[in-house]
Amino acid sequence: MAIFGEILISALLVLGGVFGLVGSWGLARLPDPMTRLHGPTKAVTLGVGGVLLASLLWFACFGAAASWHELLITLFLFLTAPVTGLMISKVNMHLRWREGDLPRPPGGNRWATCADPAAPGLMDDDRAGDSTGREHRE
Amino acid sequence: MILYALHFAFACFGLAQIMCLYRVVSGPGVGDRILALDTMTVNMIALIALFGILHDTAMYFEIMMLFAMVGFVGTVAYAKFLLRGDVIE
Repeated sequence: MAIFGEILISALLVLGGVFGLVGSWGLARLPDPMTRLHGPTKAVTLGVGGVLLASLLWFACFGAAASWHELLITLFLFLTAPVTGLMISKVNMHLRWREGDLPRPPGGNRWATCADPAAPGLMDDDRAGDSTGREHRE
Repeated sequence: MILYALHFAFACFGLAQIMCLYRVVSGPGVGDRILALDTMTVNMIALIALFGILHDTAMYFEIMMLFAMVGFVGTVAYAKFLLRGDVIE
């Protein structure tokens, strides 16, 4: 039983390390800011998930007591990596691309990233005298 | 066998940290630097997990959790600041 656990933990450690290395290599190597998002948001997250799973199995097999903390961290990382990727891709869109470079969104709207932040948007209510919250930004 | 795999994973994530550091220093845009710093946080979580296995201690869970949370909040705050000019609107 212990030998199977050892093989499984070693395989998970090696796989996690390779995935993390490949993801960071992609971050250093890929040519374009939008393609550079792929490595860290997918491969590195998977690699860290593998390492944390190996840690969970190790503490279950050989450690003092099993615990679910690593699974919590894995879950948190898997939930937050897409959000991070979305935010950074929006930053790239906002800083590097003009509105004419992008395809038009359907319905005649503008991209929210390119919209004027001072203009009233869809989320604002349409009261006429509502200038209290927006004055300080100018 | 686990010890060899552990040291292999240490080397992999150490190299990954160096590559992220290269991208932090030389990244042409701000988005690249934010992404590289976020990746460094995630790699650091893996390194702390490996360190916990190596030293057979469960003391580092909270540190990993704090790294994950603070890294995520910092990345989102920086991206939000660049997008809207304000972190909390």
